[in-house]
Amino acid sequence: MPDYTLRLRRYDPESGEAPHYEDFQVELDGHRSVLEAILQVRGDQDGSIGVRCSCRAAICGSCGVRTNGKAGLACHTHLEDAAKRSKDGENVIVVEPMGNMPVIKDLIVDMEEVHWKKIRRVTPWLVAKEPVPEREYIVPHEAMVDITQTMACIQCGACVSDCLTMEMDPLFVGPAALAKAYRFVGDPRDAEQEQRLSDLAEDPHGMYDCTHCFQCIEACPKGVAPMSQIMRLRRRAGSDFHIDDRNNGHRHEMAFVKNIRKNGLLHEADLLPDSYGGKFHPRAVPELLSSLPVVLRALKTGKVTVKKALLHEHKASPEIKRIFDTVENREVRIEYNLYISGNEDDLADDPSDVGGEAPAATATVTETVVVEEQIVETETEAVVVEETVIEETVVEETPAPVAEAETDVDAPADSEPTEGDNQ
Amino acid sequence: MKVAYWPGCVSRGFTPELHGSMQAVAPLLDLELIEIDRGSCCGAGVIAEHNQELADTLNARTFALAAETPGELMMNICSTCQGAQSECQERLDASAEYRAEINTTLEAEGLAYEKGLVTNKNFLWLLVEEIGLENLTKKVKRPLTGLKVGPFYGCYIVRPTDRLGINDENPRDTYMEKVIEALGGEVIDYAGVHKCCGFPIITMNKKASLQMAGTHLADATDADADCLVVPCPLCHLNLDLQQPMAAGEIGRDLSMPVLHLPQLVGLALGLEPKELGLQRHVIKPTSVIDWTTAVVGSADGASSGW
Ligand code: SF4
Ligand code: SF4
Ligand code: SF4
Ligand code: SF4
Ligand code: FES
Repeated sequence: MPDYTLRLRRYDPESGEAPHYEDFQVELDGHRSVLEAILQVRGDQDGSIGVRCSCRAAICGSCGVRTNGKAGLACHTHLEDAAKRSKDGENVIVVEPMGNMPVIKDLIVDMEEVHWKKIRRVTPWLVAKEPVPEREYIVPHEAMVDITQTMACIQCGACVSDCLTMEMDPLFVGPAALAKAYRFVGDPRDAEQEQRLSDLAEDPHGMYDCTHCFQCIEACPKGVAPMSQIMRLRRRAGSDFHIDDRNNGHRHEMAFVKNIRKNGLLHEADLLPDSYGGKFHPRAVPELLSSLPVVLRALKTGKVTVKKALLHEHKASPEIKRIFDTVENREVRIEYNLYISGNEDDLADDPSDVGGEAPAATATVTETVVVEEQIVETETEAVVVEETVIEETVVEETPAPVAEAETDVDAPADSEPTEGDNQ
Repeated sequence: MKVAYWPGCVSRGFTPELHGSMQAVAPLLDLELIEIDRGSCCGAGVIAEHNQELADTLNARTFALAAETPGELMMNICSTCQGAQSECQERLDASAEYRAEINTTLEAEGLAYEKGLVTNKNFLWLLVEEIGLENLTKKVKRPLTGLKVGPFYGCYIVRPTDRLGINDENPRDTYMEKVIEALGGEVIDYAGVHKCCGFPIITMNKKASLQMAGTHLADATDADADCLVVPCPLCHLNLDLQQPMAAGEIGRDLSMPVLHLPQLVGLALGLEPKELGLQRHVIKPTSVIDWTTAVVGSADGASSGW
């Protein structure tokens, strides 16, 4: 049996000693879990090791730790897999408490101080829709399928541990809590969907604070993919409820989308001002002034020419515009969710059978919402920097009534438009 | 080898030196770049955030155009393109029914996406998996001896590991280190190697965004790196273009040159800093250029031990 070196981070605030690492040797099969190794060491070598666990079967969520830099459940991490990530030599497994949370002792972190506070922050219960029915609410099966992914969360905190925004901004609501928020935003029985969304969109540390780093997707042992849930919250907030948040989150998204529709390729010089609501939107002015040095720096180093910054060199082909129009004008938004629908290769009985005619996961569309969209943009005046006209006058008005809805390809059809969605 | 080349937008917009250096270095690697005509932006995750089907359709179109382009596979030079396109491809490959839906939109242009239609590899992956590290080392004219290089991957090219095909066979999250070594340089390990530069939240939470960039640059400085190397132009924007502001945000002086991957390869293959557009960076790569002038004489012709 292979020998593993378990390098545990030890810290006991009561001892007055600084945190340090201590090595323990364990002899266990590679397919045994890191938790088993820790418990063996605790039983045989040092009874004072602090670790939290209960089910030992990836159900209770209490054994979150970092092994060789990655957060996950100790009981769900094989020794051989953890050892592969070793930077300290063969078969060395560095076990540390999870990040972004204060350490209580050794591998035990204070979940209350960070994780649970944030979970409570998103009102993690159903706010019943009135009138409360005499018996149960009747909800379409597919509406619940939509939120099963978020329901799989076991509150282990692994995503919180590794979240890179939280590392810089501890006030960020964070992946687990935002995934939990979608669990209710997506629930047709909930009465407060819009309020929940505008609350999390307006919060400067809310849904638009996520930096797309995929750490939470990588860390989650249950396939919750918190980042994907955050993107769904953004779609609901922006496209279904038109919440124009003060963090410029929705504006940035729309500026980007508009930019690509128009140019085919991204035209960065336009993106920044548009993200703040057009060059002379009141909130754009301080932002533009603070980012002006960036543009000037880019001009100075010859990164961009004045011509490139001002003129649109590429125009999208009509095909791009057509695709935008076709997809964006659908009555429903189509979303293929791999968690729910899976990959047909995995679903097919005979793997050789797949390709063209694979028994596709049942796919239909659910119409949940029909809303109107109106983008009106007015940009005026020109700014002169070092004799260079940075912007010309653009007045654009695009009132485009668009019907949209959140949809899962896999959710069978015919669900009722829900009340919350129609506000 | 011929590749259907996807430069992305930023490499032709705000970081033109990336596209330029790729073009300069390609012939030295026996790479023929055949640009994919009429492709559109991959959406950098933002279009998918807005509307998944839209992002999937636009990228299915790009893949279909890539398939029509001569070339053994499709190559990109942007971590973000790689990640965003792999994400769409994963969904497109998952279901025949979903593909059929997407293809209905593409039909008008006579295009269609079939399962596994193209293999799309970032230049980094191509260097290791197609060109090969040994082969790369053989082509080195000016080994990066003594140059301390910190790799910075960018989130989109390292996570999620299963989607990006990172596994024992293809440990793609270690390729930068391998390439630096193959070019004769010294790898600097620091805390930020696989972290996020903060670019996606620059307009929403500038403070956190600049703190991210600043922290990684400072960690690399403390680890004694001469420069960083990135396979992603968006990372470059936050790490180089925004470096003065990032320095302000974390309250310390920073002067860390950030090179695009093809620039680093180009230097080792004997190209001059100017041909690689190194003068276009905001943080002047003085340490790197001093190094090239110092080694140029000694390495020239003698290929110094390689
Ligand atoms: S993707 Fe967003 S929520 Fe997830 S870890 Fe990164 S910043 Fe945090
Ligand atoms: S989302 Fe995943 S990682 Fe995060 S707390 Fe829930 S189960 Fe754990
Ligand atoms: S990631 Fe960037 S460079 Fe790549 S295509 Fe998209 S926007 Fe353009
Ligand atoms: S590191 Fe930055 S630009 Fe690069 S992929 Fe992450 S967020 Fe994007
Ligand atoms: S001990 Fe319960 S999840 Fe690990």
